[in-house]
Amino acid sequence: MQLSRQIQAWLLLLPALCLLVAFTHYPVVKTVARSFFGFGVQWEDAASLDNYRYLLEDEVLGQVLYNSFMYAAITVPVSIVLAIAMALWVNSKMRYKGVLRTAYFTPTILPMISVANIWLFFYSPEIGLLNKLLALVGHSGYNWLGDPSLSLYSLMAMTIWKEAGFFMIFYLAALQTIDTNLYHAAAIENASKWTVFRRITFPLLMPTTLFVLVNALLNAFKLVDHLFILTKGGPNNSSNLLLYYIFENAFSFFDTAYAAVLTVVLLVILVVLALLQFGVIEKRVHYR
Amino acid sequence: MWMNKVKTTVIAGALCALAAPAMANTELTMFYPVAVGGALTKIVNGIIADFETANPDIDVNAIYAGNYNDARVKALAALQSGDPAQLSVMFSIDVHELMDLDAIVPFDDVVTTDEEKAWLGSFYPALMENGVVDGKTYGVPFQRSTIVMYYNKDLFREAGLDPEKPPTTWDELAEMGAALTKKNSDGNVEQWGAMIPSTAYPYWMFGALTKQQGQVLMNQDGNETYFNAPKVVDALNYWKDLGSKHGVMPEGTIEWGTLRQNFLEQKTAIMWHSTGNLTTVKKNAEFDFGVAMLPGGSALGSPTGGGNFYLFKDATDEERAASLKLVQFMTSPEQAALWSKETGYMGVSPAAYEVPELAEYVESFPPAAIARDQLQHATAELSTHQAGRVRKLLDDAIQSVLSGQSTSEEALNSAQKQADRILSRYR
Repeated sequence: MQLSRQIQAWLLLLPALCLLVAFTHYPVVKTVARSFFGFGVQWEDAASLDNYRYLLEDEVLGQVLYNSFMYAAITVPVSIVLAIAMALWVNSKMRYKGVLRTAYFTPTILPMISVANIWLFFYSPEIGLLNKLLALVGHSGYNWLGDPSLSLYSLMAMTIWKEAGFFMIFYLAALQTIDTNLYHAAAIENASKWTVFRRITFPLLMPTTLFVLVNALLNAFKLVDHLFILTKGGPNNSSNLLLYYIFENAFSFFDTAYAAVLTVVLLVILVVLALLQFGVIEKRVHYR
Repeated sequence: MWMNKVKTTVIAGALCALAAPAMANTELTMFYPVAVGGALTKIVNGIIADFETANPDIDVNAIYAGNYNDARVKALAALQSGDPAQLSVMFSIDVHELMDLDAIVPFDDVVTTDEEKAWLGSFYPALMENGVVDGKTYGVPFQRSTIVMYYNKDLFREAGLDPEKPPTTWDELAEMGAALTKKNSDGNVEQWGAMIPSTAYPYWMFGALTKQQGQVLMNQDGNETYFNAPKVVDALNYWKDLGSKHGVMPEGTIEWGTLRQNFLEQKTAIMWHSTGNLTTVKKNAEFDFGVAMLPGGSALGSPTGGGNFYLFKDATDEERAASLKLVQFMTSPEQAALWSKETGYMGVSPAAYEVPELAEYVESFPPAAIARDQLQHATAELSTHQAGRVRKLLDDAIQSVLSGQSTSEEALNSAQKQADRILSRYR
């Protein structure tokens, strides 16, 4: 009896397990194996650390890692702050807030590739919208994507524009679950708006913030579609991100082995970030 | 997410089941890239339809696969998945890598009759440079180009220049560029003299500048590069100077994808671009424009560019014979003439220019022959073993210099050093 229940449980788990193993666990194991046994697209008999040794010699990698961290460190907090601000605004009592909510949410429903193609023309120095606006005030404009000191920030601006509206939806939902009695109580105490936000709204939004933070961080490392259109990582790798660099190695250079090594690096980074988030920050989150 | 995976699997399975039984005819799968935009897919589909009408026993599945890089990725992915393409149009410079992967066969092993052998020898020799390795032909030219100089005759007139005399030397390009650069009252440039694109394929444009100094970038075996040769350094300095010293070109990198639009909106009087853009420019320019050979340094020059046909190893004899038929059809003088007229890519053989349709077109629209005329000054496009990585070294060096991050010597020395490290294995 006991045994048949066990079997039944495993059978129920089996379909999901098959998919997980086939599409998640097996590729991870194979990637790690390839990072030791691979040479270009071929396999070698003996394991070696050659592929990992190249990590140290690789001059581009340092730049790519720095870019990726900067990209995450700026896009994630800015998107979150903007998302909260937008959510607070469209949650208040005002006319046409439906229109405003839609407007904020629109960037999210557009595919990244189309968005990038539109922004490519925004950013274009001579014919682009941004420089034409600057020209109105007599400014000569910038080479947004062609100047290595600007290209990464140009990518960030587009990402924030696209992401913030998405996160706003989560905050909006969370705001509407907050008990209005708390605000009435605060009003009786004559608390300032800032105190209300700091003591009531923000703490009660913390579970949402954790969720958004995890998502935003993952996206910062996972989402590189726009690089294919906007900069291809250039000029001179100034806007290259880790996942795009992995793609370049695997499919432009056909160095699958080194791409596997870089993937292991990416995995390690993501695992460390996940541990930090759930280990440290979760303790501070207030769940009801 | 799991649901998505399930769906994908089910759909993939269903497609396989559908595709399997229809094997009465010889079925060919072919990938091809489009690098310049425009309605080129329609033209290819038209040619394929004509071929299928003429050869009812062959079904061709021609798949548009993005840019050159995407096309190669898709063709090789199909190869590994066990459902390979039999032939594809891919970058002419992929040849060494495709050979290293043991993916392609030379045409010499497939042609049998005298007629077929004669066909293999019928193309412009300059177009074969990127396709022949160790005396065997692996790539047959199809959508081939050189870089040409497009210039806006109206703006030439406005600047008091002779619209029939575009710059023919580097000095003239700088001088005329200065005359063509217009600033508004705030001192901001509103019209540039010239633009040479430096994203996507910077090494290709650079190949023109170095050839104009009489220097090639690599050897025919593709295992040695000359990135830090003195003349290469000079060439990069000149490119940089056009922006920083002469001020006729914007500083920083110039986007390949939006350059044509810049030219069409008259933001630049001159652009260097693939001849594959010619027909699109002709259709969309609302001004009088001309096309000329690139100006020369100590010599004239441009690399050839574009895509060749390759035959994959993994194919049956029937499939291979059918593939050869298709390649022969698509590169025949009649089709090459039509293709050239419709796109601006060049007719790949001298015979193509004798086809009345193209001959008359060239007569009425002389720019259509510039790319061909420039062939006598052309050199091969940068092509080495591990081409992607080596190309990127040079691309990064060029971009770092153009954006003012390092000097030409530094950047090119470093690129050469790293290229040596990669290529020493193949010597």
